Amino acid sequence: MTREARSRVAVVGMGVKSPAGSDLDTFWANLLSGRSFAARITRFDPSDLPVQFAGEVADFDPLAYLDYKEAKRADRVAQLGFAAAADALADAGDLGADPARCGVVAGTGVGGLITQEAQEQILFSKGAARVSPMLVPMMMANATAALIGMKLGWTGPNFCVATACAAGSHGVGEGARLIREGSADVVLAGGSEAAVTPIAIAAFARMGALSGRHEAPELASRPFDVDRDGFVIGEGAAFLVLERWDRAVARGARIYGEVAGYGRNADAYHITAPSPGGVGAAECMRLALVDAGMEPSDIGHVNAHGTSTPLNDAAEAEAMIKVFGHDGPPVTSIKGATGHLIGAAGAVEAVTSFLAMRAGLVPPTANFERSEDELAIDVVHGEPRRLAAAPVVSNSFGFGGHNASLVLAPPNDQA
Amino acid sequence: MDRATVLEQLTEVAADVLGVDPAIVSESSSFKDDLDADSLDLVEVVMALEERFSISVPEDKLDGITTVGEAIDLVIGIAEPAEPAESANPA
Repeated sequence: MTREARSRVAVVGMGVKSPAGSDLDTFWANLLSGRSFAARITRFDPSDLPVQFAGEVADFDPLAYLDYKEAKRADRVAQLGFAAAADALADAGDLGADPARCGVVAGTGVGGLITQEAQEQILFSKGAARVSPMLVPMMMANATAALIGMKLGWTGPNFCVATACAAGSHGVGEGARLIREGSADVVLAGGSEAAVTPIAIAAFARMGALSGRHEAPELASRPFDVDRDGFVIGEGAAFLVLERWDRAVARGARIYGEVAGYGRNADAYHITAPSPGGVGAAECMRLALVDAGMEPSDIGHVNAHGTSTPLNDAAEAEAMIKVFGHDGPPVTSIKGATGHLIGAAGAVEAVTSFLAMRAGLVPPTANFERSEDELAIDVVHGEPRRLAAAPVVSNSFGFGGHNASLVLAPPNDQA
Repeated sequence: MDRATVLEQLTEVAADVLGVDPAIVSESSSFKDDLDADSLDLVEVVMALEERFSISVPEDKLDGITTVGEAIDLVIGIAEPAEPAESANPA
């Protein structure tokens, strides 16, 4: 579909549940502070695990959003996702939309892992007859999308995207496509994850993917820093209310900006390692820029995937140099602050990008001090960087070689 | 096992699984209409009773259970199988 033929996509509401805050103001203030929110795990006793810290969403009460039985029938991944979606919807004001024209796209890495793990314990200790009949609807990856649709009575397109750590950006991008192509007028698009669980931590640790900086968890997530040694797993969710641009303008909506471009491709190289030199990631960013009708020079800053693993950050830095040259735009990764929210990360970072454009500030990359010489990119660190509102490239790359890049633009009606 | 004990346990389970006010649970309560319980809820409720009374309820026995009283009958029937009927006229 050509840019001329398709509908533009406005972002009119946002909600976030994250280790760095569970409302937009707190979240933004915490990102600007430059501190990291990784800490010892509190939701369960992590003493027997090889890694005992993570980014947890503190003080989350699902009963503020769901009734007793709804909450009991939803895994934490769906509880967090619904809460972020409900906040986004409240933030969007009165949409007055036909429910049949309202859709949901929810990304996740693994779905209801907490429930699955608990029920497997029951299977092994008490037998098959004690496994909950709610296991399937609580663990399935599409449960968050289903819950949001059911609670709101939205009967338009509704699905989940499960592309590991790229799922949040794919969620936003696929949601935008629904509006572009005319399948929906309003879409709640985003992602959620609640995989801070013993099995996930054991498994990621066995891969060597997690930081082992036990002595100082708050220094463990350090994207692009020369001393990075792995990611810090985190949980959370974010949803954005996307609305057909002309509709949003007509009802006088407050518009944060626009989902202007979306690129996605596959490395087709290795199940976990990025393609050498970040060629897949570079091509993905180029696809997003072409989709937006923009040049690399139009981009104000990059909200990087920047996980703090040695491999990702090196490949992504090389990819950015390929796309933007050696004097490319400033780069930030909020994973220093939040940890890596897996299938929620891209959505949380899309929210961040719109907050950054609104404030004219790029949040610093927590814990970054200096990168290796060959990764010559301009990583914002220490203090927020003042920058006139300009389009942002926001990247997510998932195990499996799934890449997603979004071009997010300020609310410029001439765009 | 007396009915009052089973009702008391079932009421606790209903409060936990279904989030209903214990005061509204009685033998005549309909799972669907009064306690807002669907078929998956019923499985969970019965599973919790199996736990509490150390019994095993075959899946097909749940068919036709619509009220709390019927569920109590089911639990008691399994926990205390009726004595074989005595023959009135032993041969």
